[in-house]
Amino acid sequence: MELKPTPTRDGFGEEIVTLGKTNSNIVVTSGDLEDATRAEYFKKEFPERFFNLGITEQDVVGTAAGLSTMGYVAFATSFAVFLTNRAYDMIRMDVCYNNCNVKVVCSHGGVTVGEDGASAQCLEDFAIMRVLPNMKVICPADYLEAKKATRAITNTFGPFYMRTSRAPLPIITKEEDSFVIGKANVLRKGTDATIIACGVMVSEALSAADKLNAEGISLKVVNMHTIKPVDVEMIVNSAKETGALVTAEEHQMAGGLGSSVAEVLGLHYPCPLEIVGVKDSFGESGSPAQLMVHFGLKDTNIIDAVKKVIRRKKG
Amino acid sequence: MTPKSIDIESFKKKAVIFRRDILETVEGAGSGHPGGSLSAVEIFLTLYGYQLNHKPQEPKWEERDRVIVSKGHVSPVVYTTLANFGYFPKEELKTFRKFGARLQGHVHTKVPGVEFNTGSLGHGLSFANGIALGARMRGKDFKVYCIMGDGEIQEGSVWEAAMTSAHYKLDHVCAIVDYNKVQENGPTNEIKNLEPLVSKWASFGWNVIDVDGHSIDALKNAFDKFSVTTGKPTVIIANTIKGKGISFMEGKSAWHGKAPNKEQLAQALGELK
Repeated sequence: MELKPTPTRDGFGEEIVTLGKTNSNIVVTSGDLEDATRAEYFKKEFPERFFNLGITEQDVVGTAAGLSTMGYVAFATSFAVFLTNRAYDMIRMDVCYNNCNVKVVCSHGGVTVGEDGASAQCLEDFAIMRVLPNMKVICPADYLEAKKATRAITNTFGPFYMRTSRAPLPIITKEEDSFVIGKANVLRKGTDATIIACGVMVSEALSAADKLNAEGISLKVVNMHTIKPVDVEMIVNSAKETGALVTAEEHQMAGGLGSSVAEVLGLHYPCPLEIVGVKDSFGESGSPAQLMVHFGLKDTNIIDAVKKVIRRKKG
Repeated sequence: MTPKSIDIESFKKKAVIFRRDILETVEGAGSGHPGGSLSAVEIFLTLYGYQLNHKPQEPKWEERDRVIVSKGHVSPVVYTTLANFGYFPKEELKTFRKFGARLQGHVHTKVPGVEFNTGSLGHGLSFANGIALGARMRGKDFKVYCIMGDGEIQEGSVWEAAMTSAHYKLDHVCAIVDYNKVQENGPTNEIKNLEPLVSKWASFGWNVIDVDGHSIDALKNAFDKFSVTTGKPTVIIANTIKGKGISFMEGKSAWHGKAPNKEQLAQALGELK
């Protein structure tokens, strides 16, 4: 059955209910946004293991950390902007420094939040989460991958940050695809350059690859669902195989997936790199489709970056 | 439950030992926080010596009461307490703040008996609530104590957590505010007034016990009241003196985070009888 485009938050919300049926150690805290994050699916099934702590993000994280010490897998949930920014010190101290089994799962990442505008569009979460010791960072590309990621982080001890989308994303992975934390998935094989993308940008990357293929340019496409620990082997091998890389993320150009790939290249195998992302600006109100165009996050932007990086490769 | 009896005189003698250990430990490190450690001596002593259900030889015992030190900078009094109660050898106090030591500058779970790494203020109460909620779900009956500074409760996160404790009727949570009236740069109530502190906590739905935080007997009675309180969390406002027991440190913000030199240590130890 063909799945229609679905927000990745739905994948999280549905999977945590499935997991909750067999794992009685799952608990969820929320900053009164469970309707939006889809944590409410869990609330409906397991009200005794769900805590809406009100609009108190610091408390949402700190309480989850305390709960985790009693043997629980504690999910702290809200919008990405609110938990990663407002409760940053709680994520740093309570969750990461204390290495608690807390999963910070946030919806409303990126400009595809849409009409609510800049205050609700988190564009810096990868950057500020990945610099924290003990933290692992995940951004699933579609609904199916969000379900697998939810399962994987539940079954892996320690702090995680996972960003989900409000916007429906096309289904580009398959049920049978593997999901291993820290192991990127190759979606297309190619020789002229590699696009490494995460989240909504994976489908844009595939579209770019298809269009360039028609022009005779062969692209490898990698879904880097785990931004930390980033798949070093995949990055280095892609650099060796294709000699040029483009990253694509719904995030600031600084500090996120592109920066992470640049670090790996700089340390292990320098080669030309172009980064597609938001260029040091806040979001705006508009439809997700309008905003993707406005902020340069479309397949066409990736195509421009690929052509540029191939020119640089040829030097 | 009949309250246990308590030998006040022996506790007073122990308080002197604690203060000596705190001062020697901070002097040895050349840095640290003596002011808020000295003010909290009787709080820690009465908590560990009278109230707490714990096994120092088995610090991870499942049924233990939890102590969350939210004002993590008072590591000197915390480590002194744990060492004196046998969690680790007293000799180790000499390693305080030294490279490679377990005794980190702010309390750390590397040290047996420490439940939570702190040092950034306003974190402990949410964490304590989380433990208490988890314990309730697990059917555990242990208590969770959270020790906070008075300056610390200027942090908004404390009040987020205070609402949670009351909302969920966490009567196994006992917060203790070391109300020593002085913070890093001056008197607390000149910097940002906490008063009326008792009615502030009461209005947040807490059982408030206002006591002399240097009176072993008063603290004992406060813990006894907490033990029989149901349906709401308890906060003990422990009225104390910053730098208590040392004439040149008492009430002085300068001694919030400064070590005495050798001469000052000698004078201080001479005052402790």
